[in-house]
Amino acid sequence: MRHIWSALAVLTLVAAAGCSSADEGGGGDVPGVTDTDILVGTHMPLTGPAAAGYSKIAPATKAYFDYVNANGGVHGRKISYKIMDDTYNPATTQQVVRELVLQDKVFAILNGLGTPTHTGVLDFLKTNRVPDLFVASGSRSWDQPDKYPGTFGFNVDYTVEGKILATHVKQTQAGKKVCFLGQDDDFGRDALAGIEKILGPVTAKQSYVTSNPNVGPQMGALKQAGCQVVMLATVPGFTALSLGTAAKIGFKPQFVVSQVGADLTTLAKRLGAATPLTEGLISANYLPLSNDDANPWIQLYKKVNAAHNGNAEFDNNIVYGMSVGYLFVQSLQKAGKDLTRDGLIKTIEKGGFEGPGHAPLRYSADDHSGYGGMQLSTIKDGKQGYFGQPFETDDEAGAVVAYTTPAATPPPNGIPAAS
Amino acid sequence: MSVTLAPKVDAGLRVPRPARRHRYLLWTIAAAALIVALTYLLPPFRNYQLATVGAYLCVTAGLTVLTGLNGQLSLGHGALMATGAYTVALVQEALAGRGQWTLLIAVLAGIAVATVAGGIVGLAAARLRGPYLAGLTLAVAVLVPAIASTFDQTFNSDQGLSVYVDPPPLALGATFPYERWQAWLAWAGALLTMVLLATLIRGRFGRSLRAVRDDEAAARIAGVNVARTQVLAFVVSAACAGLGGALFAVLAQSVSPGAFPLSLSLFLLMAIVIGGLGSLAGAVWGAVLLVALPALTHSVTDSIDVSPAVAQRLEGNLPLALFGVTLIVVMLAAPGGIASLRPSRRRRKP
Repeated sequence: MRHIWSALAVLTLVAAAGCSSADEGGGGDVPGVTDTDILVGTHMPLTGPAAAGYSKIAPATKAYFDYVNANGGVHGRKISYKIMDDTYNPATTQQVVRELVLQDKVFAILNGLGTPTHTGVLDFLKTNRVPDLFVASGSRSWDQPDKYPGTFGFNVDYTVEGKILATHVKQTQAGKKVCFLGQDDDFGRDALAGIEKILGPVTAKQSYVTSNPNVGPQMGALKQAGCQVVMLATVPGFTALSLGTAAKIGFKPQFVVSQVGADLTTLAKRLGAATPLTEGLISANYLPLSNDDANPWIQLYKKVNAAHNGNAEFDNNIVYGMSVGYLFVQSLQKAGKDLTRDGLIKTIEKGGFEGPGHAPLRYSADDHSGYGGMQLSTIKDGKQGYFGQPFETDDEAGAVVAYTTPAATPPPNGIPAAS
Repeated sequence: MSVTLAPKVDAGLRVPRPARRHRYLLWTIAAAALIVALTYLLPPFRNYQLATVGAYLCVTAGLTVLTGLNGQLSLGHGALMATGAYTVALVQEALAGRGQWTLLIAVLAGIAVATVAGGIVGLAAARLRGPYLAGLTLAVAVLVPAIASTFDQTFNSDQGLSVYVDPPPLALGATFPYERWQAWLAWAGALLTMVLLATLIRGRFGRSLRAVRDDEAAARIAGVNVARTQVLAFVVSAACAGLGGALFAVLAQSVSPGAFPLSLSLFLLMAIVIGGLGSLAGAVWGAVLLVALPALTHSVTDSIDVSPAVAQRLEGNLPLALFGVTLIVVMLAAPGGIASLRPSRRRRKP
């Protein structure tokens, strides 16, 4: 018995010695903010089942920050961005976010990715009063200002998206059997809720979990049910898997895919020679598409990508990551020189953000949801492009209506001005 | 036969027992004081890690009783932890907001359910030996994600459940750090487990465990009920795993299948082997290693300047490699595990 406690005593001494050095960081009153630096962190699937495509988002955001830093930073402060890999495993997210907040003392968590992963840290971030900005997911959980006053969404929420996609299906595929395959969590459930608000109950619905990379049974069941349109609420790896599996069993419905799982470059990488299977795939987005070279935002992002991101293969994930970076810098500029956690949240709640999106950002004291609409896109001759016009709606019973305000143009130096 | 032999041995040991029990109590109080002091010295993240060590200690201590003292190999302790953790999540959800006492009920329920699950596995395990036992327990570990997604109405699939935990009692002060409270909770469970197990394995039950491990036939001749001992060992070990899992749920404030993968069960086994199979001190070392090694590799990959792609690959695999290397080194240098290394005394000759 004595050895147990002597072991304990030795260990505690070691721990005590080891930790005294870990106490530094975050001088001043506001964690993560000094006169010259702002430290923010994020959790991302850099490896694992959801890493395809998504692993490029955070490096792109970081590249945009580096661009801003190289041009003098925000109110004289440079932004450091600490990226932690959570492998899309909710248990790992718990760990890495604690490390970011308690050990690294980040000012805020920015763009943490994933519905199942981020849902688990909402309470922790709230208890520690950490701003939880622009979550990289469209779950409706982020929009609960009463319960989680520091959490803001970025993506169009999956219910809004489901309504817009379903409205298109209703108009162009009238009378066809519509079915659904979604992730077995709030992502899939929110998307299905939106779809069924417009179309009523779907003919058949199936779900998958990311820890089991096989959708054979699900696709078989949808084929059996005679589905003509299949709506997917899937991450890119599982979109590719669904397209491939369907082709293998000779099942050829019209696929309609959530924005988060429909980036062509990412899908092509997964499908390889089978990429033509994506032909005709319908999706939607709210940011400029990566292949739209005429768009001034794309020109800006390509410049940043070349200078600060090692010229990574340019796709919609990079557009997404840099747009998040732009919005965060914009918020910091508006918040002014005296940066505090509460101050930043108040600033974002004042709204008035303009950026690359062609849908409204509606942040206010009682709306913490992200983009409020999208425009449909399709893949034609191996090229993803928009058609029609942008729509907006809410996650309740509101109608899907056209949104006509044009997207803003980027400032000449590519950095939002202080206001 | 069992009637005549067993009590005789017992009688011989009865005299020093109360004294020893007092000693356990003293050591436990000392350890508790040390932990409390430590939680005031350490920054929050270290307190969280300390709490995690406590939660792991419950499991490794139980596993060392099963594997080290009774010779039964379990690759399924992660699943037993999950049983405890999910029970806590469901009970806390049902009783949310009624006060601090609900946590005690939830944790006790977690232990109870894990004990029942362990009893069932143990009943089957008592009939199996060696690789077959490993196979059975392995299957149990693999089942967790499948159960969570099959009954997704209850367990919410891969996303898992969030666990409602009350903030620290107001009596401790309004600004009492949450992580310190977590460390107290976890170590209360860990110290209790250690005292109970230490008392248990010193007595008749401990001798039966060792007798069954060393030679089943001899144990049976000596009047030990082999099957019952094996099932009991499994039950005790499962209760500890249930407590550990319950504490994990409280620490993370969430449960999901991803928190209890097969690799967790393997890591637990590796940890007690490295720490020192069959001694509770080894279980302490094992629990510390489970927290320290991944943290260490993380800071190593953080400090060395390599390309992001390489760092990414190291991040996932380095802890595994380090665990493997540690296992090899410890087995070569000290086959009895870290706990057998005693600077003051040479190894005792039998």
